Amino acid sequence: MLKVEERDKFDSHLLASGHTACPGCGQSLAARLVFRAAGRNVMVVTSTGCLEVFSSKYPESAWEVPWIHSLFENTAAVASGIEAALRITGRLDEVRVIAQGGDGSTADIGLGAISGMLERGHDVLYVCYDNEAYMNTGIQRSGLTPYYARTTTSPPGRASMGNWRPKKDVPQIALAHGIPYVATATVGYPMDLDRKVRKALSIRGPKYVQIHVPCPLGWGSDPSRTIDIARLAVNTGLCPLYEVEEGVLRSQKIPKRVPVEEYLKIQTRFRHLFDKDGAKEEVKEIQRMADANIERYGLIVK
Amino acid sequence: MVKGRMLQGARAMAEMTALCRPKVISAYPITPQTLIVEELSQIVADGDLEAEFINVEGEHSAASVVLGAMAAGVRVFTCSSSQGLLLMSEVIFNIAGMRLPVVMICVNRSVSAPLNIWNDHQDSVIMRDSGWIQLYAENNQETCDLLLQAHKIGEDHRVMLPVMVCCDGYLLPHAYEIVDLPSQEEVDAFLPPYDPIYKLDVDNPTTMGAYADPEKYMETRYMLQETMKKSLPIIEEVARDFSSTFGRTSHGLFEKYRVDDASTVVVAMGSMAGTIKDVVDELRDQGEKVGILKLICYRPFPKEALYEALSGAENIVVMEKCISLGASGPVATDMRSVFQGRPATPRISGFVIGLGGRDVTLDDIKLAIGKAQQQLEDADFIGLKEDLELEGINA
Amino acid sequence: MKITLGTVTHPGGSRVNKTGSWRTTNKPRFLHQGCVACDVCALTCPEGCIFGTGQNTYYANEDYCKGCGICANVCPVHDIEMIPEAGEDG
Repeated sequence: MLKVEERDKFDSHLLASGHTACPGCGQSLAARLVFRAAGRNVMVVTSTGCLEVFSSKYPESAWEVPWIHSLFENTAAVASGIEAALRITGRLDEVRVIAQGGDGSTADIGLGAISGMLERGHDVLYVCYDNEAYMNTGIQRSGLTPYYARTTTSPPGRASMGNWRPKKDVPQIALAHGIPYVATATVGYPMDLDRKVRKALSIRGPKYVQIHVPCPLGWGSDPSRTIDIARLAVNTGLCPLYEVEEGVLRSQKIPKRVPVEEYLKIQTRFRHLFDKDGAKEEVKEIQRMADANIERYGLIVK
Repeated sequence: MVKGRMLQGARAMAEMTALCRPKVISAYPITPQTLIVEELSQIVADGDLEAEFINVEGEHSAASVVLGAMAAGVRVFTCSSSQGLLLMSEVIFNIAGMRLPVVMICVNRSVSAPLNIWNDHQDSVIMRDSGWIQLYAENNQETCDLLLQAHKIGEDHRVMLPVMVCCDGYLLPHAYEIVDLPSQEEVDAFLPPYDPIYKLDVDNPTTMGAYADPEKYMETRYMLQETMKKSLPIIEEVARDFSSTFGRTSHGLFEKYRVDDASTVVVAMGSMAGTIKDVVDELRDQGEKVGILKLICYRPFPKEALYEALSGAENIVVMEKCISLGASGPVATDMRSVFQGRPATPRISGFVIGLGGRDVTLDDIKLAIGKAQQQLEDADFIGLKEDLELEGINA
Repeated sequence: MKITLGTVTHPGGSRVNKTGSWRTTNKPRFLHQGCVACDVCALTCPEGCIFGTGQNTYYANEDYCKGCGICANVCPVHDIEMIPEAGEDG
């Protein structure tokens, strides 16, 4: 873990400047924050996706820590192999293994490998950066694309209102494997994210942390409002923040509750849900989903 | 007094693998690989090999686990067949591109559809473009000998390529044979610990698997191609080294059996070479000048050495357990390239035999040799059942 | 330049890439009037190019700043404003 003085020195940023993420990219910020918390004694596996592409164009790498990219869906398996190598050579006490990927590689194509890694109990932290679509390939629908969102493969049209399925609940899937720590976080609340990453890395065994990260390009949002928008997602109840440690749920309460409209209307991917008369019926469905989250996770102090 | 123990092939291969001291082993069950991996599990469970044995959820992950472990700097092992090899094919290419000297055994089995669990070479031959060195064994002894050499070849800093040792499913791992395995001390003397050029290391961080744009990618393929060519003499060097160290000949790129004065030479890979040797002996007794060249190193393809060995022959009879559907037999196609634009112009016939575990009989081999001596054949399927109706073909 | 085995590359090379050249519209101006040194601007910069060691010392390294405006948006005392790239006057 880096001391305060070290953090302010140029060299201490473990994800260096000069990476080619879009201005205001939530994922690049989240990754910086994760490694600020994790420190140098890590080995990192990243799946194909925005994070990998904007940080590792040969020969320029933005990574100051040992880092490997293999394929799209095998991140958890590669991490399992690294963990096994560290275990057999007695280095697992000093070095933490972090596997990371976007929502597409986590919830869809890589889910099998993640399930195997969690089930086998490898001492690996898996971080999912959830920007709610396959952004690197041009904003296609993933298993974590929210209800009614526009993506290029779930566009609204004469016969459709956009994505017709709710988000796959990957934290619950992770929990079903009986692992010691699962958390949801957001780039909107950086210190909560920091605390959760540090907590996860202090626990031995498999850990899963899912971080909600706005994508200005894919969501059609103002890059300067990335933090705002992430906070709005939390404050509507659409992005519940919680952690489950050894089976005990602790949720982070909503600081200031807002209706889902305030979050949806500032993103062009939801623009089709509003017309000259205001919000359409579909917005009410989304509000019900937010209400259900608040109820389920106890997000409001009663 | 024959040196060695009567062992089931899988047991011998597992023991040999363990002697090479892999630190991380990962595999997913598929017939007919299972026996090898089961034996290895027991060896690890008994504490006779200090290794992490990772039971994964699929072959794609098995190959990925060993990729990660090798990137972290330790020697590894995996093993698969058929559908499993096809499933991990993406990772196979990735491992070669990342220049990680993984060693695996491919227990050769046919490919689906239809499902067939018996032996042929389609699975590994399909992987011939991947940048892996491919060595084909005739018997269990040779499989074990090649396994030891595979680590030494792949981990050589002049090579740094993964190596696939191929053995015929059921015919080899399931069969009992007297196998002479070296001692741990002998193996340690022959095969030093893995010394990576690059690895994941917190004291010396590296980024592995960066992406390469059009300005950079092509050179990486050129590097792989050139390295494969340069590894041909290294494969021969390691075989000579093995032969003198263990007092048992390992043939290197190929084995010539009664080839030097032969006018007809059969070219084949794997266990059927043994059967063909028997046919060669029988025909020789009848006065025919026949020989067999058992191709061991299929990739890199030893063009020059093959030309030298075969330029005296009139008929080359390629018999292979694979087919490039819509074209010709892959081995026959490669053999034809040996003579392209060269002075020697033997007739090169290609025969497809033994697919899906169909028995390769002495009569089939004689039939093929006979046909090849009369006329040029190309991808001629030997051993088809004449009495079957084939929908869309003859019915 | 050398192509390594497996395109292995070494740390921090991305710093040759001066992403500050991406800015076309706005850049941040740190007013240095009411800064409380909360460090949130430095914490939330996706480029990691904001630095400071106390009140009214924060600045963005313009070699890398992409002009996204997050810093101006999150500053709790509104001590950062986005000004046109062309000049101070706007």
